[in-house]
Amino acid sequence: MPDKTPIDIPAASRRIDGAVHDSRRHESAHKHVSGEALYVDDIAEPAGLLHVQLGLASRAHARIRSMDLEAVRRAPGVVAVVTAADIPGDNDIGAGLRHDEPLFAEDVVQYHGHPLFAVAAETRDQARRAAQLAKVDYEDLPAVLDIAAARVTGTLVTAPMTLRLGDAEAALKAAPRTLSGRIKIGGQEHFYLESQIAMAIPGEDEDVLVHVSTQHPSEVQHIVAHVLDIPDGAVTVEVRRMGGGFGGKETQANLFAACVALVAKKTGRAAKLRPDRDDDIRITGKRHDFEVDYQVGFDDQGRILAADMLFAARCGFAADLSGPVTDRALFHADNCYFYGNARMASLPLKTNTVSNTAFRGFGGPQGMVAAERVVEEVAFATGLDPLDVRKVNFYGTTDRNVTPYHQTVEDNIIGPLVDELEEWSDYRARRQAIRAFNAANPYLKKGLALTPVKFGISFTFTPYNQGGALIHIYTDGSIHLNHGGTEMGQGLNTKVAQVVADEFQVDIGRIRITATTTGKVPNTSATAASSGSDINGKAAQNAARTLKARLVEFAAGHWNVPEDAVAFTAEGVRVGEQVLTFKEVVKAAYMGRISLSATGYYKTPKIHWDRAKGQGRPFLYYAYGAAVAEVTVDTLTGEYVVDQVDILHDCGDSLNPALDKGQVEGGFIQGMGWLTTEELWWDAQGRLRTHAPSTYKIPACGDRPRRFNVRLVQNSPNVEDTIHRSKAVGEPPLMLGISVLHALSDAVASVADHRICPRLDAPATPERVLTTIERLRAQAATGEGMA
Amino acid sequence: MGNRYDADVSRRGVLLGAVASVALTTGAHGGQALSTGGDGAAATSSGPVPVMTPVTSPVKGKVSFTVNGKAETLEVDTRTTLLDALREHLRLTGTKKGCDHGQCGACTVIVDGRRINSCLTLAVMHEGGSVTTVEGLGTPARLHPMQAAFVKHDGYQCGYCTPGQICSAVAVLEEIKAGIPSHVTGDLTAAPQMSATEMRERMSGNLCRCGAYSNILDAMAEVAGLQTAGGPA
Repeated sequence: MPDKTPIDIPAASRRIDGAVHDSRRHESAHKHVSGEALYVDDIAEPAGLLHVQLGLASRAHARIRSMDLEAVRRAPGVVAVVTAADIPGDNDIGAGLRHDEPLFAEDVVQYHGHPLFAVAAETRDQARRAAQLAKVDYEDLPAVLDIAAARVTGTLVTAPMTLRLGDAEAALKAAPRTLSGRIKIGGQEHFYLESQIAMAIPGEDEDVLVHVSTQHPSEVQHIVAHVLDIPDGAVTVEVRRMGGGFGGKETQANLFAACVALVAKKTGRAAKLRPDRDDDIRITGKRHDFEVDYQVGFDDQGRILAADMLFAARCGFAADLSGPVTDRALFHADNCYFYGNARMASLPLKTNTVSNTAFRGFGGPQGMVAAERVVEEVAFATGLDPLDVRKVNFYGTTDRNVTPYHQTVEDNIIGPLVDELEEWSDYRARRQAIRAFNAANPYLKKGLALTPVKFGISFTFTPYNQGGALIHIYTDGSIHLNHGGTEMGQGLNTKVAQVVADEFQVDIGRIRITATTTGKVPNTSATAASSGSDINGKAAQNAARTLKARLVEFAAGHWNVPEDAVAFTAEGVRVGEQVLTFKEVVKAAYMGRISLSATGYYKTPKIHWDRAKGQGRPFLYYAYGAAVAEVTVDTLTGEYVVDQVDILHDCGDSLNPALDKGQVEGGFIQGMGWLTTEELWWDAQGRLRTHAPSTYKIPACGDRPRRFNVRLVQNSPNVEDTIHRSKAVGEPPLMLGISVLHALSDAVASVADHRICPRLDAPATPERVLTTIERLRAQAATGEGMA
Repeated sequence: MGNRYDADVSRRGVLLGAVASVALTTGAHGGQALSTGGDGAAATSSGPVPVMTPVTSPVKGKVSFTVNGKAETLEVDTRTTLLDALREHLRLTGTKKGCDHGQCGACTVIVDGRRINSCLTLAVMHEGGSVTTVEGLGTPARLHPMQAAFVKHDGYQCGYCTPGQICSAVAVLEEIKAGIPSHVTGDLTAAPQMSATEMRERMSGNLCRCGAYSNILDAMAEVAGLQTAGGPA
């Protein structure tokens, strides 16, 4: 019998360390800052490890007449060369079932950089040198490189979708005023600081263990299995952490994992592939660039009566996730606005460029940028402040609340949220001050904009909305936790551990989360769609509750008290009149032959989606936010500075405000980069010329807004029963960056006295800002486009 | 100021000299075969393959330096970068390879008191030098004040750029203290200010894709004894 502890400890005298809603530091904090956190490239290399390099095509679209790899094979240190012919299973690494994405190109090269073969050598240097010795004879085929060319060929990578609400055509005809236009929205390179990487270790029989930097271990498992033609159960995929993912490791790790697994099984030696940064950028998918055609009907009060929008996307050579990405663009083409009548259609175009993929927001940002352009056009056409046009079109709470996909917005808080931000940021007064500044300054012009965000939370592919977890309690009272999500810096492991700590009322230090592995939690969903803590947090909570129920039942019987006299508290486990340590209870339960291991499972309720009809409830709830950006533009050069940004963002009842604030700030910075300095540029041969940080400019420390104020919405729990009433936070803040694009547009508009909508496309590089200023000045001189 | 300037020039002279001599050595053994990836060397070609002399016997060189206070002697291919020497020869994997082109800052280490992109410098150039990596600043149990400040302010998310950020941050504060001006230093004759503006500018060679810049600046501001780096400069 354990020692009895006096019961006169006052209730709630102590709070556990790392409870939910606490700003607990990241679980790897000390390892991150001391260099002890292990990423795949830091794992001690097994003896005999081979280094793999990919051989890449130097054509955008061509038939391979012949490929001579003799010199590659004969090169010093080379142990193996693998091509499509060496694949025992399926030469396909695609995320869907379309069989359109080979591991190695066989007959036809589909984009510049398409992998043709892989060479494995004793050293990385030898592999890199050998890969250059291939002789490939190409027969060039016509290459379709951009959206304009793809519209002509009209080939789609996947089925398009159309959403219809009301009768957009009739409403446009009946509207007092209409206008139409097109916005071009650039793509984005993920530029995770840790490049793609995979290391495979062959095991007995068919077994293979793959360490890989991926957001989707289960899919890597499936891909490796069918490339090798072995059962899923023979493949174990392990991910301790990623050095950034951002969607770029949702499907794009498949190639690298399959390649090293193939080499490992062929040679019987461990194999590692870590592409050089330039190669990584050239051969992995990016955020889709879009061209959106819009027609909008409205009245003189700025109220939108109808919207008709066509979303043409450059998808690249294969489908990958382009279907759900372009779908999500449509789901966010309303942003916070009730259109009344709408027709939204997607055009997922095939091009001979890298296959575009998931990127934080997953099409949603492009939909929202288009929506904000529409609002801006209406504001210029009516002469109203864009913020007033936004407000008049916000979804209602009891009416005017049906989206183009027929989901009713039930949790709308955008109105009060924007009101609060407007007041806090002093929007109106600053707007006046900026107009005065601009009147007094001939060359420097300021701009200010407030843009809102409403982002739908749930995978639109309903089956992905499930999560699993596994908890072991050991007899010393330590807790071992695994779940299906992956850690990429967002703090998912910390949040899930907080949830479990809270259930058992033990300090978080007692809980150990180890690498995510398909061997512990099977059939997982990608850590994507911002859903990580929503689904894995709930699954872990369920596992913990299963164990608690067993312990309660045991303790009640063992110490002869009613079950409701057993409670997990911060002081220990209260069993009737005594308080025992967690360890004492666990040890006694073990002696009483109680299983101390349990799985947990969760599936998101309420959601359903009929894509053919374009109707349903794809999202459990929405996350909201808004940002005010102020910029100063040098109208002689197009260069600009982001002076101030004020953000108010909704995380529900945040699981961890410090981590969530980090997500909001980081998401904003990344969204700002996408719409300002990050420009992808392909040449006429289809070669990506911005394939390194020297030419592809992500925001640096100096690009952070000079004044940057970020707050989370307080006292606003999720109306849905999510994990501790929190809201997902991974993606929504990225779209707060749209405020910078609109602030730039506001500054640019000043050169034509705010009478012409600048139609500033993205990315608004200084070059594009300058050409837009020059165009506006020319238009103002002729009176063209004046409202 | 004059002394510092002189010291810097002479140091640069030494560095340039070292680069030149290494380039000569490498060139004699087919240095052009080094090129890989990017555009310049597409892995395949339909035309005649450019003549490249495979390097069969890399030139080895011995280098002795101090790493995190410990004397080390390595015999490496003379083309080995300091980064690869640290990661692959000394198994100090805290220093990360982000772009391998000196453009992201993930590989920043401190050599003889100055921060340096370890992917852009050869190990053999640092004979007799003193190298400090993130592991040498502190350990989880005994953190350097800058490391502790990064923990306190969540100055990271994924952690991959963090070792470079921290090495850079430590050196930046020393640079400012030593009076070394930056692009944003208004008055080159006065000592640069320990300000948010200076820190933002000087830290701009260390990319963080997670966008944790606010927290990084807050951590630095704390160590520098400033109130906050978040507000106006």
